Amino acid sequence: MKPGRVLLVAAVVLVALAPLLLGKFGVSLMNDVGIGALVAIGLVMFTGIGGATSFGQAAFVGIAAYATAWLTTAQGLSPWLGLLFALALTGAAALLIGALTLRLGGHFLSLSTIAWGLSIALLFGNVEALGRHTGLSNIPALQLGGFSLLEPRAVYYLIWALVGASALFCHNVLNSRSGRAMRALRGGGILLASVGADAFRVRLTLFVMAALLAGLAGWLYAHANRFVSPSPFDVRASIEYLLMAVAGGLGHLAGALVGAAVVLVLKNGVQDVLPLITTRGGQFEAVVFAVLFILLLQYARAGVMGGVGKLWARRFPAPRGGAQAPATVAQPLPQRTLPQRGEQVLSVRNAVKRFGGLVAVNDVSFDVQAGEIVGLIGPNGAGKSTLFNLVTATAPMTSGRVEFLGQDITGLPQRDVARRGMARTFQHVKLRPQMSLLDNVALGAHARGSAGVLRAGLGLDRAEEARIRQVAWQQLQRIGLAERAHELAGSLPLGTQRILEIARALAADPVLLVLDEPAAGLRRKEKQALAELLRKLRSEGVTVLIVEHDMDFVMKLVDRLVVVNFGSKLVEGRPAEVRADLRVQAAYLGSATGTVAA
Amino acid sequence: MSWDIALILGIDGIANGAVYLLAGLGLVLIFSVTRVVFVPFGDVAAFAALSLAAFEAGKLPPTVGLVAMLALLAVAAEVWTLLHRGEAARIPRAVLGWGLLPLLPCALAWGLTSIVGAGGQKLPQGLSIVTAILLVLPITPLVARVALQPLADASVLVLLIASLAVHFLLSGLGLLFFGPEGFRTSPLASGALELPGGLNISGQVILMVAAALVLSGLFFLAFERTVAGKALRATAVNRVGARLVGIRPARTALLAYGCASLLAGLIGVLVAPVNTMYYDSGFLIGLKAFVAAIIGGLTSYPLTAVGALAVGVVESFGSFFSGALKDVIVFSLLIPVLMLRSAFASHSEEETEEIDA
Amino acid sequence: MNAFNRRGLISAAAATALGIAALTPAQAQSQELKVGLSVSLSGPNSSLGVPYAKGMQAALAYRPEIGGRKVRLIVLDDGSDPTASGRNARKLVDEEKVDILMGSSGVPATIAISQVGRESRTPMIGLSPISLKPEESDWTVTVAQPPTLMIDAVVERMKRDGIKTVAFIGFTDAWGDLVYGALTKAAEPLGIKVLTNERYARADASVAGQVLKIVAARPDAVMTGGAGTPGALPYLALAERGFKGKVYGQHGLINPDFVRVAGASANGSILPTGPVIVAEQLPDGSPTKKVSLDFRAAFEKTNGTPSTDAFSAYSFDGYLVFADAAARVLAAKGGEPGTPAFRQALRDAIMASKEVVGTHGVYSFKPGSLYGVDQRARVLVQVDNGKWKLAP
Repeated sequence: MKPGRVLLVAAVVLVALAPLLLGKFGVSLMNDVGIGALVAIGLVMFTGIGGATSFGQAAFVGIAAYATAWLTTAQGLSPWLGLLFALALTGAAALLIGALTLRLGGHFLSLSTIAWGLSIALLFGNVEALGRHTGLSNIPALQLGGFSLLEPRAVYYLIWALVGASALFCHNVLNSRSGRAMRALRGGGILLASVGADAFRVRLTLFVMAALLAGLAGWLYAHANRFVSPSPFDVRASIEYLLMAVAGGLGHLAGALVGAAVVLVLKNGVQDVLPLITTRGGQFEAVVFAVLFILLLQYARAGVMGGVGKLWARRFPAPRGGAQAPATVAQPLPQRTLPQRGEQVLSVRNAVKRFGGLVAVNDVSFDVQAGEIVGLIGPNGAGKSTLFNLVTATAPMTSGRVEFLGQDITGLPQRDVARRGMARTFQHVKLRPQMSLLDNVALGAHARGSAGVLRAGLGLDRAEEARIRQVAWQQLQRIGLAERAHELAGSLPLGTQRILEIARALAADPVLLVLDEPAAGLRRKEKQALAELLRKLRSEGVTVLIVEHDMDFVMKLVDRLVVVNFGSKLVEGRPAEVRADLRVQAAYLGSATGTVAA
Repeated sequence: MSWDIALILGIDGIANGAVYLLAGLGLVLIFSVTRVVFVPFGDVAAFAALSLAAFEAGKLPPTVGLVAMLALLAVAAEVWTLLHRGEAARIPRAVLGWGLLPLLPCALAWGLTSIVGAGGQKLPQGLSIVTAILLVLPITPLVARVALQPLADASVLVLLIASLAVHFLLSGLGLLFFGPEGFRTSPLASGALELPGGLNISGQVILMVAAALVLSGLFFLAFERTVAGKALRATAVNRVGARLVGIRPARTALLAYGCASLLAGLIGVLVAPVNTMYYDSGFLIGLKAFVAAIIGGLTSYPLTAVGALAVGVVESFGSFFSGALKDVIVFSLLIPVLMLRSAFASHSEEETEEIDA
Repeated sequence: MNAFNRRGLISAAAATALGIAALTPAQAQSQELKVGLSVSLSGPNSSLGVPYAKGMQAALAYRPEIGGRKVRLIVLDDGSDPTASGRNARKLVDEEKVDILMGSSGVPATIAISQVGRESRTPMIGLSPISLKPEESDWTVTVAQPPTLMIDAVVERMKRDGIKTVAFIGFTDAWGDLVYGALTKAAEPLGIKVLTNERYARADASVAGQVLKIVAARPDAVMTGGAGTPGALPYLALAERGFKGKVYGQHGLINPDFVRVAGASANGSILPTGPVIVAEQLPDGSPTKKVSLDFRAAFEKTNGTPSTDAFSAYSFDGYLVFADAAARVLAAKGGEPGTPAFRQALRDAIMASKEVVGTHGVYSFKPGSLYGVDQRARVLVQVDNGKWKLAP
């Protein structure tokens, strides 16, 4: 059995046996650790994966805790109904808050979490029905069958079963199609849009997931402590949850459990040890805790699990190369029917882009037919990249029209254009360095799948996942990197990364492949291989639009060239014609008589 | 609500806003140079206020012990780093810079209190104020050297968490050294300005607003016109580039922290006569300043100023409508402001930093 | 390494379990009497919590032995967080096996501890006023005065002073709720109208808005519902606005730092309090005078500084009630300390306390009653240039 499996089984056994080894207080403490771990798992998902810091998770814990407390005391209903009510309320609140604030960027988002986190916590103490500042007490304990979960030892198993289930759910999600999209969030919204995903929706999903986990923790808190008051749900509590996630390691789900344990055990340990040293122990606690925490950060800034991960990688290094092909699937993913050779694929009409007073693209029109390779060239600053962004809908056009496969796509968002069959690469490679090659390429097939978070978490998406992985594997084979499928993309040299991006674009089964300077940074042999690959694609019916600087590479490859200069189209035609054109020569090399009118 | 009530609330709001403005400037200054959101800024201000209160009571401020302890830690950390780097020859300079220099204000305070205390008098107000500010001046650089410098290249989130931990450390030390009780100091400016309509603006308020204006102006000048200011901005924009032209990031960070400390000291001394200061008063000042700084996008000083004044005024009017829900009002109104601000901010596609993992 | 492989789920629950097991101390001896105290020694409530702890230390020094058994005191800090106080109570009960729980420095924290006491069948003596449902209070009593007892005295004095309308400004927390509730209940039958219910947070720096509203309402007097040093803020703000009416307070303000910060603005304010604070001004026949002076002496001896507030005296009283009950149980051979039988007997003895003389009042408890004091537990004092003066 793999060493990881052994350790996991051992951990599960120890957790199961712990109540028999620990005293009653120790079990209570472990219950608190479990509840904190649930919130921390949500933070690992939203902050660690999703990249947005939340200072408001304690507010969600509070909403759920108060919801179930009110339902079971004032209304006298069953705590299990309280669970449904609490999760529903928390989820609704998260949807509302997320819809309003998740489009905010960076620091604005973080501050907004403080804003609503603080407001919600303050509201609890001002509502009469929730006991104002005194809170609600005598909340009934949970009953399972006829068995009461009043005792800490009894509710311990429920709490840790839920922690395990949540961790498993999140683990499944992260290894699925939705999980790849989530892990791509840090790569930026444009990356996600280029594979047909909506970054806002992905982030909102993560946010609601984190909120529901916090809600689950709140429900458990209410029925384990059987008393709620406003102060455990304020910003300071949120900060403590964040400390837990960071201390444990934001890059690992296990970090949530470890972090919760570290923070709570540390606080408890400090409380035990200090009075032995000084009678003013109580006032030292915060100081000692802070010092220990700072030391932890300095020596393990990726958290405890970060450090453990590094040691593990050294002891059990991941094998380089030697990846095995996945089992062939019965039904591969359906492929698009590519248009007939000669049919019009892309039509750009009078494209104009203005940035204030500067006209970057000035009334450019050109066509791309199916089965050809078209090159877009021009000297530096000619507006190639801007035109490129207009075509792929990465940037909005000031005026003009773009038609793709006979349909008007002007003004459509980038992800819709991507889903229609236009796949692109980037001049500055947008790969996910911490994901494997296979996963990076599989991200490209995002639009070809449909399994959502729920199916993925419950493990019901395995069939579709296998199909996606096969597609990804095939693309890796095409570019000759299949052997290294499980290595991290960040370990590749830049030239190879560019080729990997092309594989990702191919995984989307595109009609039109749009490449932004793919040959930059490649060595001679790699360029030859790339040219080979592109020719092969052409013969399979894929259309390619390529922006390039390298004249040599381009001239021998393309069917037609479009030359732009100062934002306007200069010339269009076959490579030989274009090369001979005097205007083109003047644009690139300068002419003896000065500038030439476009 | 009548006009004169609105006016009184407005003035009160602007006075509070002036404090948040100064704190916000300090936060933006530190962030722009070091990428650290320096949460403990408010704590340093609180220490200045409490030190001043101690002087007025004729006692030696416990801050002296705090600074001495931090100096010791900083010297130890610096010596350790130098030994690691094999630069043992620079140790004497380090001990002088990190150990002796911070102790100078402590010695001054100690000297002054013993001389004056022997005669049974109290320090003159001006001297107390200056000494209080000097006393807290070393705190930020020292604590940053000990806790934050080893993390200087970590992600913004880790730096934020570290800075939160430093806040807990400082407020815990504050409780230890100053005790849980609150203090007020005697007013810096007595008298009031009589306006038509029987409205009084106290001298204290005028002083606070004037200080805010003057300091903002100085900030602007320093950053636009002096070489040191430009060096600070350069480090903020591109750390590596700054190093390539001979600017030392660690040194500019030190300068930034020192300036921020000075600012915090000034804030503490200005605020102490009007607000009861506790060992943990710093948190709220820091939070409101953070709000102002974020409205300024953590980069723009003028917008930070606007944000700070807005927070102060909304807070004041909010407390009139409902004292209990005042903070709810302020923070709920913040969300639409953030949405507006975010819409106007230049959003070049920013990739979020990779977390260390 | 793929960070999300299952092997990454190396749960330090394992390490934690071992860690906790290592930290769990060994069984304590059962000969001594053990008292568990949880208060806020840090955080915003520490200005109340620290005096509570000091008072308890003084009480321990005053009577270190009961019925021939030594008494051990365990003090835990809850950092001003009610969840932590619940956790502390559980720790005291499960690990230390205390015979009695005491605490705390805030109402929610006290309720949390009393709940643990009830579940673990350990008697609890509260040190601050709380309100519990009757079915929840069978293991809890409190030595504080019921807020109604204190506020009634103030309202009666208001009537005597000819006040017809009063404005309220207090904390936006359980204490403010308690005071406001008692105020409205007492004022209505006496025909006094309560005009406003302004609130402010402990950490607030300014109450300009609230005070403006109060001044605009033109009340005859103002009642403040704060505690400790932050309770001085309304006084200062009212003085700044030039309010000329009387300002009344309550026993949460009996704190020397309140007087220091409020300065001249608090002069003439009338507050109810337990008699201990003006012990030396009490007439010689007063029931609590001797114990109060004993308390002062013990406090100064143990802590090095004289006692200047009323909170530390609550701890002293709590200990005295416990000592009285424990002595009776030991004399009747009602069980060994550290056993459930002893705790049961202790609870019964506390509930049967008769005329136990403390510093704040004379305590007599009945089963089902949380409070055990009467009129002897309150006097009215007036602030006079930084000193408390008895104002009969």
